[in-house]
Formats: sequence, structure tokens, C-alpha cells
Amino acid sequence: MIRIFKWGYLSLILALIYLPIAVLIVNSFNAAKYGNKWGGFSLQWYQKLFNNDALIEAALNSLTVSIVAASVATVIGTLAAVALHRYDFKGKGLLSSMVFVAMLTPEIVMAIALLIVFITLGISLGFVSLVIAHITFCLPFVIIAVYSRIKDFDMRMLSAAKDLGANELRTFWEVILPLILPAVLSGWLLSFTLSLDDVIVSAFVTGPSYEILPLKVYSMVKVGVSPEVNAISTLLLGISLVLVVVSQLLIKKDH
Amino acid sequence: MKVNSGYFRFFAIGLASVWLALFVFFPNLLVVITSLLTRDPSATVSLPFNLNSYWRTLDVLYLDVLWNSIKMAALATISCLLIGFPFAMAIVSLPKRWQTIALFFMIVPFWTNSLVRTYAIQFILGNQGIINKSLLALGLIDTPLQLLYTPFAVILGLCYILIPFMVLPLYSALEKLDPRLHFAARDLGASAFHRFIKITLPLTSPGIVAGCLMVLLPAMGMFYISDLLGGAKNLLLGNVIKTQFLNTRDWPFGSAFSVMLMMLLGVMLWLYYRASRFTNKQGGIHDSNF
Repeated sequence: MIRIFKWGYLSLILALIYLPIAVLIVNSFNAAKYGNKWGGFSLQWYQKLFNNDALIEAALNSLTVSIVAASVATVIGTLAAVALHRYDFKGKGLLSSMVFVAMLTPEIVMAIALLIVFITLGISLGFVSLVIAHITFCLPFVIIAVYSRIKDFDMRMLSAAKDLGANELRTFWEVILPLILPAVLSGWLLSFTLSLDDVIVSAFVTGPSYEILPLKVYSMVKVGVSPEVNAISTLLLGISLVLVVVSQLLIKKDH
Repeated sequence: MKVNSGYFRFFAIGLASVWLALFVFFPNLLVVITSLLTRDPSATVSLPFNLNSYWRTLDVLYLDVLWNSIKMAALATISCLLIGFPFAMAIVSLPKRWQTIALFFMIVPFWTNSLVRTYAIQFILGNQGIINKSLLALGLIDTPLQLLYTPFAVILGLCYILIPFMVLPLYSALEKLDPRLHFAARDLGASAFHRFIKITLPLTSPGIVAGCLMVLLPAMGMFYISDLLGGAKNLLLGNVIKTQFLNTRDWPFGSAFSVMLMMLLGVMLWLYYRASRFTNKQGGIHDSNF
């Protein structure tokens, strides 16, 4: 009895989580303009999407920002995770608590803090400010992903490398990096997804000259339900779903 | 373990430290300073330092919005806890392999676009949405219920987007619970309810606080959820801050709200540390399973 109830509850909640997504996806292929009845299968909304130049441009801008931000965050984050695990240094506690604060800070707080800093430092709002902001909120996730992998290491391997005369850079490059590579890749994928989906921080730190996809979608969605929005939303969902599944498999595979 | 210094070490530590100092520590400091300055139409902010912005948050006009926003975020947090706790307990009781699968399905939507998922809820709640159409078809109602653009819709949306943040810390707290405690209590004659109150609840309190922290704080800032589901009336703190920064251009006032959010974060972290000192276990925030 309890068993049935338990499985029932689990499936009910998971079904409720996926139901709106499923409805949205189905409707993006609905030929009827208003989603209240099924008008047959159609790809016309996707076709319309690919003829919308402004949208394509925003999508390309988003891709550029996300790739650059995810890559820089992954480099800085991986090095930081290695340093936090491997070295003792002054301010280590401070560094890790700053990572912690950065991860827990509500996005809206981070958004205005970054806006103020960009204005103060005279960084113009657009591509550069977006990239800096996205790196900042992705960084803690990379650090944590890589750190949780590195902490299960056999430290003797690193001592062996040192005894054989490898310097720090070489140890990192030839011993540590190959071992943590799945976590690094997973960190990159998650950063990319976070960056591609972000609305709150981007809404504050972008300028009128540089439009990105989530903000474009936001302004379309605010106007109301439209079949084109369903299509672009389905595409965005599809991209992040694939990336997340891949990144989760990367972490899971070697455990 | 100590390793001799070198360029690599210097570089690895320095890069992240400089970045976080410049784009996390320094900006937050600037927000506090801005909140104490005066609004200036020409140069956005100017001296002298004062507490006016904080006093103005107590203005009747804003107090109402503030209270409403806190109420909706708090209700969303409580709902997440009430839905998430049994959910996390059900996951923990599964065989290990199924636990991984159930968690995986919980985590995947967490990483997908939350704006798009919020938009998807419009389909469900709208006048032409699934709920209304089913009820109409069943003959239970004659006219569509107004579900969208209500406080209910905002709370539902917040729950929907934020529930993984509640379930994950609860799960990792429950997973660490030693089942022998339950066996012992049962042998001594404690009922299931008694065991839940006396064992499960206190020992998972760090997880509960962590989950609440990770739902409540983002909930207050998610302006697009109230925009899409709440309409013009049901605003969240995020909407107020956004208006102050992007439309009204009253930075000190917007910053004051933001500082208040950070103070709330501080209070909740303090609660979390107290709870985990009490149980000697940390449940959730430090775990990185998402």
C-alpha cells in the first residue's frame, strides 16, 4: 500500500514537472494558430523563425557570448579548483567563501552589483559586459564541478609526478588535467547552458546595441502566446536538454 | 600537503582571486555604498551619505509591494517544502539505481531554460488552457476560471521553477540519516509519526534550512515569473528593483532593497550554520550533486 502511494507520488510530481514542457513542444508543431485545438502537424512556425533575421542575429550573439563566457569560466574555474585542492595559501578560506557567496547570491543582487561596477569602471554595456557577467555567475559552478572530482584523487600519483621531476605546470597538464577532463567538460557544458538561458543578469547588463536570444524571447513572450515563441522555446529547451544530459553522463560514467 | 611555489601556482590562485575580488566582492561593496548615497538626476548618484533610501522602503506604497512579495515568496517556499519533503523521502527509500534515475529527472529541468518553462505554464493556466478546458468539458464550470494573472499563478510558477533547489538539499540530508536510529526507535515503541518528529525532522534541519534559503531568495528576485504569470498587480521584489534601476533610475533606492536581500541571505546562512552545528552534519549547500 505504502509502496503504491510512494511510486504514485513520485511519478505524479515528475509528470507535473514535465507536463507544461510537453504541451509547449506539442503546440510548436501545431498548424492551428491558437493552441486551443489541434490543427495538424506543421513545421511552419519553425520556417517563419528561420526567416526572422533579427532573431537569428540575437541567437548568434547569444552563442558567441555563451561560448566565450563558458570557455573563460572553465579555464579560471579549473585552475581555481586545482589550486584550492592542492595548495595552502593565505586567503584560501576567503577565496572559497567568496565562491560560496557568489553561488548563493540571488541573481537579481548580482545583476545590479555588476551593473554598478560596469558603470563605475566605465565598461560599456554590450558584448564585453555580458561576457564578464556570465563568466562571474558560471565560475562557482565550474569550481564546484571540478573540485568534487579532484578531491577523490589518489594523491600519490601527484607525488610520483613530482618525484620524477615534473614541475607544477607539467604535473597539471600531463597528470591532473587528463584525469579531471570529464568534470572540466561537464563544467563547460553547464556554464554554456546557464549562460544561454540567463535572463535576470543579462536584462541589467546588456545595452540596446547588443541583443541576445533570451531577452528577445522574453520580450516576445511578454506580448503573449504566439506559435513562433513556441517554436523558439522548443529549440532552446532541446539544446539545453541535450547538453545537460551529455554533461550528466560525463560525470556519471566514471563513477 | 605543501607544494613549492611557482608561476603556475601563482597564476592558478591569482586568476580566480582577482576575478572574484573585482566582480563579486567589489560590486557588492559598491551596492552598499550606492544604497547610502543620494539620487542625483544628472549623475545618477551623489553625496552626502544618508539612510534615506532605507527609510523610503518603509513608505506605505512600497511596504505594500514588499509585504506582498515576501508573502508570495514565503508561500512558494513553504509549498516547495511541503511537496518536496515527501518527494525527497520517497526518493531516498528507493533502491540506489532508481534514486539516481529519479534525481536525474529532477535535475534536468533545473538546467533548462526557466523563462521558457514559465511561459509553458501559461498554456496550462490560461482561459483556453488544459485545466479550464478539462473542467469545462466535464461540466464542472460554465465559464473559465481566472487562474492566470493571480497570486496563485505566481506562487505556482515559483514552486515549479524552484522545487529542485528544495529537493536536492533535502535529499542529501535524508540520505545521510542513519536508518539504525529509526530501527532503534521502533523497537522502543515509537510510532511512525513520533519517529518523524523526533528523529527525521531535527536531523535533517540543515537540509531544510538550506532548501528554504535556496528557494526563498531567488524567488524574491524572479521578475519574469510575476511578469508572465502575475500581471501588473502581483509584483515581486525583483520587479521593484528592476524598475528602480532600469526605468526610474533611482539607484540608491534599488540598492537598498538589494542590501536587504543580502541581509536576509546572511540571516539564513547563520540559521543554517546553527542547524548544522546542532546536528554535526551538513546537508546540502556544500554538496554539488547538481
